[in-house]
Amino acid sequence: MTAAQATPSASPPTATPAGTTRRPRKRKRQLWRDLPAWGFLTPVAVLFVLFMVAPIGYALFLSFRTYKTQGLGLGKGARKEVWNGLENYAKALSDPEFLASVGRVLIYGLVLVPTMILLATIFALLLDSRRARLKQFSRVSIFLPYAVPAVISSLMWGFLYLPAVSPFHWLAGRAGVSLPNMVSPNLITFAVANIALWGGVGFNMVVIYTSLKAIPSELYEAAVLDGCTEFQIAVRVKVPIVAPAIIMTLLFSLISTLQVFAEPMTLKPLTNTVPSTWTPLMKIYRDAFVRDDIFSAAASSIVVAFVTFLVSFGFLRLVQGRAFNEDQ
Amino acid sequence: MNNRTWARLAAVTAALALTLGACSSSDGDSATGGSTSGDTATDSAAGGDTAAGGDTAADGDTSQGDGATSGYDLNNPPGSETPVELIYWDWAPGIENIVDQWNAKNNGITVTLVTMDGGDPAIAKLLTAIKAGSGAPDIMHSEYQMIPTLVVGDALIDMTEYLDPSVKGQFTDAVWNSVTLGTDAVYAVPGDFGPLAFFYRADKFEEWGLTVPTTWDEYAEVARQVREKDPNAYLGTFSSNDAGWFTGMTQQAGASWWGIKDDSWTVDVNSDATKKVAEYWGGLVEEGAILNTPMYTPEWVAALADGTQVGWLSASWAPSVLISNAPDTQGLWKAAPLPQWDAANPATGTWGGSGTAITAQSEHPAEAAQFISWLNASEEGVKAMAELGQYPAADDLRTKVMTEPPAFMAAQTDYVDLLNQIAGTVNPFTYGPNVNVAYSAYNDEFGKACEQKSQDAFVAAVDTMQSLTLEDLISSGFAVAE
Repeated sequence: MTAAQATPSASPPTATPAGTTRRPRKRKRQLWRDLPAWGFLTPVAVLFVLFMVAPIGYALFLSFRTYKTQGLGLGKGARKEVWNGLENYAKALSDPEFLASVGRVLIYGLVLVPTMILLATIFALLLDSRRARLKQFSRVSIFLPYAVPAVISSLMWGFLYLPAVSPFHWLAGRAGVSLPNMVSPNLITFAVANIALWGGVGFNMVVIYTSLKAIPSELYEAAVLDGCTEFQIAVRVKVPIVAPAIIMTLLFSLISTLQVFAEPMTLKPLTNTVPSTWTPLMKIYRDAFVRDDIFSAAASSIVVAFVTFLVSFGFLRLVQGRAFNEDQ
Repeated sequence: MNNRTWARLAAVTAALALTLGACSSSDGDSATGGSTSGDTATDSAAGGDTAAGGDTAADGDTSQGDGATSGYDLNNPPGSETPVELIYWDWAPGIENIVDQWNAKNNGITVTLVTMDGGDPAIAKLLTAIKAGSGAPDIMHSEYQMIPTLVVGDALIDMTEYLDPSVKGQFTDAVWNSVTLGTDAVYAVPGDFGPLAFFYRADKFEEWGLTVPTTWDEYAEVARQVREKDPNAYLGTFSSNDAGWFTGMTQQAGASWWGIKDDSWTVDVNSDATKKVAEYWGGLVEEGAILNTPMYTPEWVAALADGTQVGWLSASWAPSVLISNAPDTQGLWKAAPLPQWDAANPATGTWGGSGTAITAQSEHPAEAAQFISWLNASEEGVKAMAELGQYPAADDLRTKVMTEPPAFMAAQTDYVDLLNQIAGTVNPFTYGPNVNVAYSAYNDEFGKACEQKSQDAFVAAVDTMQSLTLEDLISSGFAVAE
């Protein structure tokens, strides 16, 4: 670091010819000063362009194209890739299946996100409270499901849901109680949300908990001196201070809600109730890899990405100043 | 092998292994490559002769006769003077043993197997590689219903010029038609196929005094009796996950969802035959005579094993699925012909089955054709395939090498003859270039209908499938005859 910082301040005098005017020299000096910064940025920028900008650009390009076939389509070259204008977008936005999948994800989000944040906050506060016992153990066991890949956890939950193989249903049957079928049309949203919740609460809890740990203990002492109970400390001191962390987790949850894929995809073959277009990403997957129509899939992807972008930034705007830019 | 079946079989097996800690790998008996080459060579040449003479005499194809006497040895093809390496994509469990057997020939053509997750992922991968311009294998295994899609995607070549004419003679016209799509081109060589049959728990049938149904009316009656005998048991299930199964059922009834008429495609998903089948099953689901949940779920596998699914309308490969998922029921199952719509004219459909093709990116199509012909149309290849539990499509060779029933069906002594007899009654069926669209429409529409348990919804689902399939073909620009 020090070497890199030394270079710009040392080099300009030798590099700049004596007769140049003030302005260019200033500009040049600025360039020299920025050079190391650009140097450091180059690897990131190159990777970003190669693996983010270029694929997005290509997806954008594909979203305006389509295949046109002639005749039976069996001869060589009977299928051509042609320009398709905004047709793919029009199709995506007017497709009832796509709109239905968006609707399902909205309901799913309404179920999942508040529950997730509430549980994560409560767990974090409980772990942080002075009277908590077995802290290490509880923290690890709440966090552990996050380490289980979504496909595995969905398979596991699938077994627990299916009445004929579920130990819960077996136990309930022994006790003479009948449990509702979680993979029936009415409950499937909750079934999927439960899997996501099981896997996600731990991660969000750790984010909030870490933020709680950073609160200086003088604050608590002052609060106790003022006669606060443990509950009042939690609600009136801790929660407002860790609000930025909570908002962050809220944002992450919103984004992952819009992109839910692995859980319903894994449950799909187990039941009649999850169609291949249950979520927007599942529909995109079906279009691209089942129907071999990457063009419609690209258009739908752009729409989903755009909506995700809008929601994320809209949300940040709404809670401006609370999440990332406190100091300003 | 039926791709969805294997893929889901693998998934279910893996999943079961997770909870039960029981890892099953059924295809343990590896194909041992010790055949006496001198003997088999003569045998096969003779087999080729008769097949060519018998099956294709009608169309007076003279090249056929020439080929059979050309001296091309399917068991030991000439190979290549300069070493050639071929990449081969397949997903059938145990296929590596057959590839090893080929490579042991050391004839200059080395085949490198790349194992795929299953048929559908392999298709998606191949189409992506074709679009990318590189990365495709030389040899591709594909289910019959996906061949039109691959041909339209410019992924496969017409391999006519590289095939010895004796190859065609090994197959019946119905099977051969599925790799030519009814044109003059040959896009693949048939490997295995899956004629539908009815598998049932003979012990339960005996215990409950049931007779094996020979017509669909009888099947419905037996289904109701099973419900009365044991309220937990079902004769079968209607699976919204298995479009190939339903397609086979309609094939038996005489449906052919696509067709080619005067250089245009026709789409006839909602024909009377399909509607008859949908109405029948919708009725059974609505009254609760059979189950409405998909096959290949942990529930279904558990039901096969514990005797609450006492029947399975399945295909010739069923024993290899049963042995790995319900090993304890070995010897309790028997096979019978599919129940019939018209008992006087027995017919069946197919579920699964696949062929081997050469991709458009292969630089060694002639060498690839040698391997493919050996794999699917030589006695050595067919024998090895049969040992893996597959049901080879090459008719005469199959009857020659498969004389014993698979271990799982050993109790039924007439099993082999019965299957051969069933295989001869397969109805013709043409697949179109957007099978994937029709099949995913099936999954979604019948999923809903099954959940509603309504006969009307079953029939409506067929109409929706028709309109989705037709619209897709038209909007892609295909010539479609109304």
